[in-house]
Amino acid sequence: MTTTTTQRDAPRPELVARLRQLANEVRQRDLKMVHAAGAGHIGGDLSAIDVLVTLYFGVLQVDPARPDDPCRDRFVMSKGHCSGALYTTLAFAGFIPRGWLDRYMAPLSPLNGHPDRTKVPGVETNTGPLGHGLPFAVGTAIGAKLSGASWRTFVLTGDGELQEGSNWEAAMNAGHRGLDNLTLIIDRNRLQQGDAVANTVDLEPLADKWRAFGWAVREVDGHDHEALLEAFGQLPFEAGRPNCLIVHTHKGKGVSFMQDQAGWHHRVPTDEELERALAELQEVAS
Amino acid sequence: MSALFDCRDAFAQTLESLGADDERVVVVVNDSVGSSKVGGFKKRFPDRLVNVGIAEQTMVGVAAGLANAGMVPFVAAASCFLTGRALEQIKADVAYADANVKLVGISSGMAYGALGATHHSIEDFAWTRAIANLTVVAPADPLETEQAVRIAHATRGPFFLRLSRMGVPAVHAADYRFEVGKAAVLRQGSDVTLVANGVMVTRALAAAELLAGTGIDARVLNMATVRPIDRDALIAAAQETRGIVTAEEHTVYGGLGSAVAEVVCQHAPTRMRILGVPGVFAPTGETAWLLEHFGLTAEGIAEAAREVLGAGAPAGGRP
Repeated sequence: MTTTTTQRDAPRPELVARLRQLANEVRQRDLKMVHAAGAGHIGGDLSAIDVLVTLYFGVLQVDPARPDDPCRDRFVMSKGHCSGALYTTLAFAGFIPRGWLDRYMAPLSPLNGHPDRTKVPGVETNTGPLGHGLPFAVGTAIGAKLSGASWRTFVLTGDGELQEGSNWEAAMNAGHRGLDNLTLIIDRNRLQQGDAVANTVDLEPLADKWRAFGWAVREVDGHDHEALLEAFGQLPFEAGRPNCLIVHTHKGKGVSFMQDQAGWHHRVPTDEELERALAELQEVAS
Repeated sequence: MSALFDCRDAFAQTLESLGADDERVVVVVNDSVGSSKVGGFKKRFPDRLVNVGIAEQTMVGVAAGLANAGMVPFVAAASCFLTGRALEQIKADVAYADANVKLVGISSGMAYGALGATHHSIEDFAWTRAIANLTVVAPADPLETEQAVRIAHATRGPFFLRLSRMGVPAVHAADYRFEVGKAAVLRQGSDVTLVANGVMVTRALAAAELLAGTGIDARVLNMATVRPIDRDALIAAAQETRGIVTAEEHTVYGGLGSAVAEVVCQHAPTRMRILGVPGVFAPTGETAWLLEHFGLTAEGIAEAAREVLGAGAPAGGRP
């Protein structure tokens, strides 16, 4: 089993620098893709990209040449509407040709607005309706335990998504079974489609909720690659408990006029906005 | 009176047999060990009985995850809750994602009798057969149940098996071989065709006997597979007999009768009657009483056949 990159074993400062640069490039590519497609969920994409890049280039034991390897780590993108972030990351990691990104949501493209595992290598299950990823991930984690396998399951949900009750059914099950091979990452960007999560149905005290369900909980800055690597390196947080990593993020991260704006949930940048966004990202990268 | 069988027993025994031969077989339940009769499986393979508690969305999601991990999960739960509460998981996680999950709806139709309409599952054909990439099968007797379970196990991909708990006699000979998408001709006939599945098959056979007594030669098709439906058998029936009566323990909206009508009206229009629950929630009553109440009896089917043939009340009066 190889990882997607050789940077995994690089000295940490080098790896962190590499992740930062990759995340910047993925952001730019995703912005261009959403702009060209005239559709997408750029706000949530930008909040999740640092986590995705850290996972695929520094954590997951996956091999783009063997996306169906039975021993691969499973990554489940529960917030399937942020397919743009996932596809771009998968393309950079070598799971799909980068050229596919040019046809995001185009007629007959494998890159549907929400991921389809039957068409996109590296996608584990079809998501889109919220609250599906965690129950699925509990199933893969149980499956690994049943077969005595050491591969792990990671699942990324939004925070607003946790309003779906299915998550809490699954949370009880994971806690009850002590699935320490399962890691839930909550993209805590505090915004949902229509408003702030706190103004819609508040989740706090969020960490306490997961602890009460039997999970080991950590919180980290979801845009700090070093902190993310550090947290993922400590898995399992506690033997015999499922892991919950709350990553504090910003919707629209990296583009000043998109950041923390609920309106950018699924707005598409104009030509001028794209130019400004790319210029900001290029300035940070240089 | 022939012996009656609860098809859950054949299901559970087959599952145990498969579990002994194949370590990938796991059973996922929603606190339904007893009602699905999988206590024996649990005893023999305790680790491979995954009870998620009363949580149907997670039950189906977990099954899809287990399939991803290389297992062959059988979800066994009351059909009303399995299909009603987890329909989106059935659609997205199982059918759309093409997960190798076998969904087994137990105590379907009005098997729960006087427990009432909350527990009846008379919409499950309509819901499941509307979903792409999902094979829908309602076996009629223990032998067909066993074979359907074995075929579901051996065939990669999503299945929905609809079982009852009501006692049924054996309707198939010992050498019967169930095939997905193939109707079984249980009785040849040239006047009218009776199409049924599940617990209604034995009633359709009894109706054919009644009709034979009055000189009407009825063909009986066991249409166990609702999707993909056997178009050839239906077109032949429409062309070779003078009308079709369908009978199902399901609402007349969207179930077996609708599936038959979709084929017949497009490819070989003929006179039809669709028997089932006529678009209402059932009143209080035991299962057998309810079937009688809705005319889902040998007499009811025979009467509908006479109507189709123009020998009874005028056709076209029923919704």
